Parts: sequence; C-alpha cells; structure tokens
Amino acid sequence: MEISFQMVMSQVMLGLNNGVFYAILSLGLAVIFGLLNIVNFAHGALYMLGAYVALLGYTSIGPLLGMPDFHLSYWAALIVAPLVVGAFGIVIERTMLRRLYKFDHLYGLLLTFGLALIIQGVFTNFFNVSGDPYEAKPEILSGVVNLGFMMFPKYRLWVIVISLVVCFGTWYVIERTKLGSYLRAGTENPELVKAFGVNVPLMITLTYGYGVALAAFAGVLAAPIYSVSPVMGSEMIITVFAVVVIGGMGSIMGSIVTGLLLGMVEGFTKVVYAPASSTVIFLIMVIVLLVKPAGLFGKES
Amino acid sequence: MKNLFSKAALSVAVLAMTSGMAGAAGKGISDGVVKIGVLTDMSGVYSTLGGKGTQVAVEMAVKDFGGKVLGKPIQVIGADHQNKADIASAKAREWIDNEKVDMITGLLNSGCALAVQKLASDKKKITMNTGAASTDLTNKACTPYGIHYVYDTYALGKVTAEAVVPSGGKSWYFITADYAFGHSLEANTTKFVTKLGGKVLGSVRHPLSTADFSSYLLQAQSSGAQIIGLANAGGDTTNAIKQAREFGIDKKGQRLVGLLIFDTDIKSLGLNVAQGMQFTSGFYWDRDAATRAFAKRFYAIHKAMPTMDQAGAYSATMNYLKAVKAAGTDDSDAVMAKLKSMNISDFFAVNGKIRADGRMVHDMYLMEVKKPSESKGEWDLLKIVKTVPASDAFMPLSESTCSLVSK
Amino acid sequence: MNKYIWIAIVILGLLAPFVVYPVFMMKLLCFALFACAFNLLLGYTGLLSFGHAAFFGGASYVTGYLVKSSGLTPELGVLGGTLFAALLGYIVGSLAIRRQGIYFAMVTLALAQIVYFVALKAPFTGGEDGLQGIPRGKLFGLIDLGHAYTIGGSPLGLNLYYFVFVMFCLGFWIIYRTINSPFGQVLKAIRENEPRAVSLGYKVERFKLLAFVISAALAGMAGSLKSLVFQLASLTDVSWHTSGEVVLMTLLGGVGTVLGPLAGAFTVITLQSELSSVGSWITVIIGSIFVICVLLFRRGFVGELGRLLKRSL
Repeated sequence: MEISFQMVMSQVMLGLNNGVFYAILSLGLAVIFGLLNIVNFAHGALYMLGAYVALLGYTSIGPLLGMPDFHLSYWAALIVAPLVVGAFGIVIERTMLRRLYKFDHLYGLLLTFGLALIIQGVFTNFFNVSGDPYEAKPEILSGVVNLGFMMFPKYRLWVIVISLVVCFGTWYVIERTKLGSYLRAGTENPELVKAFGVNVPLMITLTYGYGVALAAFAGVLAAPIYSVSPVMGSEMIITVFAVVVIGGMGSIMGSIVTGLLLGMVEGFTKVVYAPASSTVIFLIMVIVLLVKPAGLFGKES
Repeated sequence: MKNLFSKAALSVAVLAMTSGMAGAAGKGISDGVVKIGVLTDMSGVYSTLGGKGTQVAVEMAVKDFGGKVLGKPIQVIGADHQNKADIASAKAREWIDNEKVDMITGLLNSGCALAVQKLASDKKKITMNTGAASTDLTNKACTPYGIHYVYDTYALGKVTAEAVVPSGGKSWYFITADYAFGHSLEANTTKFVTKLGGKVLGSVRHPLSTADFSSYLLQAQSSGAQIIGLANAGGDTTNAIKQAREFGIDKKGQRLVGLLIFDTDIKSLGLNVAQGMQFTSGFYWDRDAATRAFAKRFYAIHKAMPTMDQAGAYSATMNYLKAVKAAGTDDSDAVMAKLKSMNISDFFAVNGKIRADGRMVHDMYLMEVKKPSESKGEWDLLKIVKTVPASDAFMPLSESTCSLVSK
Repeated sequence: MNKYIWIAIVILGLLAPFVVYPVFMMKLLCFALFACAFNLLLGYTGLLSFGHAAFFGGASYVTGYLVKSSGLTPELGVLGGTLFAALLGYIVGSLAIRRQGIYFAMVTLALAQIVYFVALKAPFTGGEDGLQGIPRGKLFGLIDLGHAYTIGGSPLGLNLYYFVFVMFCLGFWIIYRTINSPFGQVLKAIRENEPRAVSLGYKVERFKLLAFVISAALAGMAGSLKSLVFQLASLTDVSWHTSGEVVLMTLLGGVGTVLGPLAGAFTVITLQSELSSVGSWITVIIGSIFVICVLLFRRGFVGELGRLLKRSL
C-alpha cells in the first residue's frame, strides 16, 4: 500500500487522539511525582475507576437508589467521577501513603502497585474483562465531522479539545499562579514553605487528589470510545510511564508535550510499519535516555 | 526420619504394583470416578460465549446422564485459563497428574487449545474441544486423543465466503487477531475468497483484546476493499464493529463481515447495529423443538441462551459418557475407539461423526441477524438462512495433513 | 548461616517430590531462584529493578528455542538461556545504572517492555500462543529428563526434578558466595551510603553493573529451567506482572535476607496454587498482601523473624 498524505494525516489525527490520553495521564503522574516523589502505579487503575463511575452512574446508580429513571448523564459524570475518585485518592493518601514518606520513595511505588492489583482484581471479578459499552454519549457529540482528509467522529474531536484545555489549564495554575508557586516551593523545600504558614501536608493530600482526579477525568473521556473494562488502565499505564520517563519525571510541560507528540509518532508509525507502533515509544525512550538521561524536559539531578 | 521414609517408599511401591495390575486388566473405571475438567476462559474476552456457561452445560449433561456411569460417580471440575497458554497447560498438567481427570473440554482460545491437546495426548487423555477454532488441531497438531467438536476456521471461512463473495463481496481486507486462531481464520477464508474469484487486498493484525480499532479500520478503509473481514472473536469483533459505525465506515459502501460471531456478541451489539450481518455458526438455540427445550433449561440456570460452544460442551460430555458406558471402561484408547465409531446425533449435532483426524463433522448454518422489527424477544436475534451439510462444511479428509489419516 | 539450616534445606529438597506434586516443587524452585537473584540486586545493592521478567522470560524463550529448534541438549539450552540473560543484563544494566532510585526502576521497567514486544512480535516466539511443546530432552544426551517413574499410580518426573534441584542449589550457592565475598561487602557499602563508597575510591558503577549482570544471569537460569519444566515459554514470563511478582516475593520474605526470597516465593506460589479456584480474587489477595507488607512488615517474614532472634538469616 502506498503511503498517501491522507493516510498519514488520518493516522496522525488518531494518534493525537491517543496522545491526549497519554498527556492527561502523564500530567497527573507528573503533578503527583513533583510534590510527593511517588510514582503512582495505581494511576491506570484509577483511570479505569473513573470510567466505571461514569458507567455505573449511568446504568446502575438509579435503580440502586430506588430511582429507576435516574441516569447520571455524561456531563455530570465528567464532574462527579473525578470528585469521587479524587476523594478516594485522598483517603489513600491520608491512610496509607502518608505513612511512607519517611522511608525510601520506592515503597510508595510498591504500595500503589499493590493498590492497582486490588482495584483491578475487584473489578475483574464483577465485570467482564472484554468490557461493557458506555451508551451515554450525548447526542450533540454523535456523528462525524469532515476534516477534508478524513471523516472524524465529533466525540473524538471534543476529547482532544477538552483535554488540551484541562492540560494547559493545569500547567497555567502550577506555573503562573501563586497557588502554583507554593506547590513548586513545596517540592523544593517543604520546611521553608511550612515556615511561611502553608499547610504542607494538606497541600500534599490535595495534590494527590487532583492528580488522580485527572486520571478519572481521562477515564470518563475514554468511556464512550473504548468499552469500559477492568484492564483498560493496566494496558495504558506502562506506555504512560514511558511517556513520563521521556518527558522528564515531574516536568509539567514536559509530560503534556511529550504525551501529545508520542501519540502522533505512534500514529505515524502505524502507517510506515504497523507492527512497530507499540514499541516505538520505548525505542524513543532508550534513545532519549542515552542522549539525555534526565528526559527531554527534565533537570539533571 | 529415615525409617519413616523407607516405609513410605515401600507402601508407595506396593501401590504402584497393584495399580499397575489394574491398568493391565484394562477394564472398569480407573480411580473409581470419571472426572471431567472444564478448562476455558472464565474471565476474559471470551468468557461470555464460553466461560461459566460451558461448565453449566457440562454439569447439565452429567446430571441428565444420571450422575453415574458404570456404577461410578461422575465429577466435574472447572478452571479459568485466562487465555494464557502457560496457565492452561499448567492446569491441565496438574489435573491429569494429580486429579486424575479423564477428559478435558471447553478449551476456548486456539493457543491454549493447542498446548493442552498436545500435553493431554502425551499423557493419553482425551480432549474434546468445543471452543477453539484453529484447524491445526485436526491437521498438523492432530493427536489420537484430541477431538475438535463444534466448528473450525475452515468451516467458518468456507460457508461465509460462499455466501458473501457471490453477492458482490469480491475484494477483501482482513483485520486479524494476532495469534493461532486469527491466522488460521484469515488463511482459510483467503483460500475460499480467491477460489471463488475474489481478491484479498491486504490485512492488518491486532493483539488479543484490543480497545481501539480505529487505526486498523482506517487502514482497511483506505485499502478500498468492499469487504472488511474480521478474523477475530468475542469482544474484539464487537469493538471493531462498533467503532466502524463510529467512523461511519459502513455508510460508505464498505461492508463488515464477522467471520466468527456468537449469539452473545449480537446481544451486546444490539440488533440496531448488527442487523443484516451474515455469519456461520454450528448451532442456534431457536432451530427446532429440541434445541429450544435445551435452551430453556440452560437459560433457567445460566440466565442466557446457550452459544454453540456451550451447547457443544453438553453434547460432547453426553457422548463421551455414552462412549464410556459402551466401552465398559474409561480407558482412553477404548473410549476413543467407541467415539470414532458411533453416530453423533442429538439436539446439537445433526449428521455428526468423529473422523480419524479428530474432527467432529456435522451440519453448519449460515445465519443472518434479524432486523429489530423482526425480533420478538430478548434472545430472538438470528435466522438460519442456509443449512450446509456436514460433508460440505468441513475440510475433507483428503485435504487433511493429519498424520493419523491413512492415505 | 547455620550449617544445619543448609543440611535441612538439601534434605527437604531431596525428599520433597515424594510428598509434594513435583511440578509444583519445580515451579517453586524456579521462582525461589528468581527471587534470590532479584534479591541480590534489591537487598544487597539497593537497586529496585522493575523489569526482571525480561531476563527470566527472555532466557526461557532462548532455552526453548535452542532445545526445540536447534535440538540442543537441555543443559546447553539452560546455559544458552543464562548467557543470553547475562548479555541482556549487561545492556539493560549499562543503560539503567546511570539513574538512581525511582528513575532506575522506571528505566528497567520500560526496557523490559521492549523485550516483551520483541517476544510478542519476533518470528520464533509464537506470539500470543507462546513457544509451545518444548522437549525436555536428554541431559548430556544420556538421561531422559522427560522420563517419569510410576510410583503409587502417579508418574513422578524425578530426573527432571533433581536436575532442577541441582541447578537451583548451584544458583543459590553462587548468590550466597557473592553476598559473603569482598565484592558483596562493597555492594552493601554502596547500598548503605553510595557517596561514601565513591569517596573510598570504589568504581561504584562497575560494581553495580556486575551485580546487575549476575542477578540477570541467575534470573535467566531460573527462567530457562521453567521453560523445561512447563515445556512452554510464554508472554506471561516476560510481562511486567511477573516483574511485580518477584518484587512481592522478595519483599514478603524479607529484602536483604538470604532465606527471605525462598520463604516469599514459597508463600506466593502456594497461595496462587491453593487459591486458583477463586479466580480474580487472587489478584486482590496478592495486592492486599503487597499493601500490608509495605505498610507494616517492610522487613518481611524472615527479616522480622531475624529481628526477633537478633541475628541475620
């Protein structure tokens, strides 16, 4: 098959669609890593959890509450799921992660790895691994748009736009506002920030909550595209880790830009040599590590 | 300590001799029980079409048989192989070595099926495969103790291609699951498409349980093929079909053909999405009075209508037990001889016969998904368009590469 | 360590197949060796590799391929797998030891993922089906490892079992010697205080790399043996779940203890086999053990026991 411009553009567009998921997930990881120094292995599981909150909210919560006609709408789910999962994250941070700060950071990785297994195991037990469809896609986002080179589903276009808004919004808050400056200072020198009267432990808790809420937000966005399945997160998380390593761990802008770029690179690879598409990110990672061990946007430690 | 050990060794040796003698006699039921193992995907992509339902069907068969054969109890055990060949073969090995399982059925997923069939055969145990599709099971990987019961990629490819190609589906592009089953299905279908004057423009392979088919679909779309053949199954097939709708691919004159579809897939797609699709099946619950009677009883337990895998597991178990009874022993060689000589005829299999290569041949059906307006109930999903007789549906023995077939 | 403990282990190992299902015992030995090899890195050098499945699984593919397609005898197959793992360990190690702590873990994880994709896509690995039907072959061309003695009505594959057991003992002995050698002392010094080790003039990177290669090679040996036992090399062996599992075994038993990984592997493998009927709850149980371990018993069973007995085990 010859490589046409149309083909390349279509795959790159789909790549961008995947890329925004990488970006939003790796952004959450970067935010958490920046302040807590923890690689949140449960990120994929929490992304999955977000999708399930949306799914169950639509199908089951009404009957459960004795209101069979109540369905949590897609728009409501976009708000509710991050809140629910964020709260869940806050509980995790308060009850478990907090106990580990005085030890090696690796314990945080191991703890969240265990949590990921638990969450995924529970959902595998109650739900079909092959996934359940999420049917609550709003009417206004159905159908396709003609982009000239391809017919692109409106919904996917919406996902790209809203994700970019959320990503760059987060970047703005952290890098350009006073709240963000506390956060960044807390990363550098928690004692000093404490001396200024900032409640650092609370800040850490909320940061973790926000990071995982981002994951849940991505989960809701993903629900109408992919079927909602207990393993949707574990398939994604390793790639996202690679994105984080390439971007430079903890770098906010790095994670966003790298996520988007790598999604598109992946899409482009599908045109050139499809079997390599799942490996290409890891190959890039090796090259980046050889040339710039701290990642593209990372600072040398 | 040493004393204890030598005593144990002695008693073990005595046991060995006695059981050796029992084996030499070749009669009766070994270890006083007939054990049937249901090893299949109980939690993964294929669990709705097989899974616990397969075990339910096997248990029904045992109960209907009376729970005993030759005066000895029949026991059913089940396990989940998670679509992983390593778990499947480890479990099968343990079952045969430790649990003394006599027959293993289910075995969805060709990768798992091939591993287990080889292992069981090395240990002279029977496998009656109701779930997997690869024709390798009765060709280059055939064994004296392996039976392939329900369907295979040859029958699926042949019946579907013969229906689709003449009705204007000349050029094909495949989206193929990247393991033994998908490869086999693509290869077999390709053979018939070309034979009937069609052309295959290309194919793309995806890993088992893929969430996003969009890029594969896009490649299929830009190939310009009239037919996009889905050489995959279960959740993969339904995902691909749904996403094809999302991108409006089916609206532009390209047609999706699922090469292996189960009732449960149609159920999850909904008639709105699936209507008009044609595919091949070895069983449909609403075919006649006998199938409906079985389906009704199955539904009462499992809350879903039986798929061909599940109905096939019932039939396989029933006929296995009949063969044990007729042979007067659960010795694998004797039972296999009986199975291969008897006619298989029940609600599941019409004109059934187990051939030398282990292939159970029976009538197959070309199905079509009903329009929503035609459907009268939750499970009223399909109609039988054509019945393909056993002799036409499956690979003739003359083409088989199985070493057991004398030529 | 006490001489009697050694003798007890050997006797237990020799008698085990008569009491316990031999395939289970062999699986246990393979994972125990895997965990011990991993512990050499985490426990004695302080490096957490989250990609050790690459060596375990990679070697099992290589052994499987050598024995199946090239018709090599099993001992050469295992040797080939081990050497491959050592080479792979050298490559991964050289890249990974440039970073520390969490970065090190992430880099090993991602590199292992490349190995996973190779195993998935390479023409000789069998993709999703895995490399099936690996023959057990004849040891030195003489002793049939597939042979089973019928004892008590059950076939016992004693030849293979004792081969695996001897290889396990060899691997374990190498690890034990390494830990208690001057080289091992330097590793511990690096774990405790890397800058100080540097200032004492040690070429820390080279020590770390050597430890990484030994650990990878022995993990590979474990994987090679496993492929002979199960006659199969599959994607599970190279997946990151396996990497996580070996971390759990080591952590549970006791990081940095000689016997800990043995105890950990024993617990996890037994749990998996006893609980296989509960389906995916097993993932939940294993995850919970992980969490409890990290929160409450960071020293693991053996570590806690050693603390009670005030000696190192």
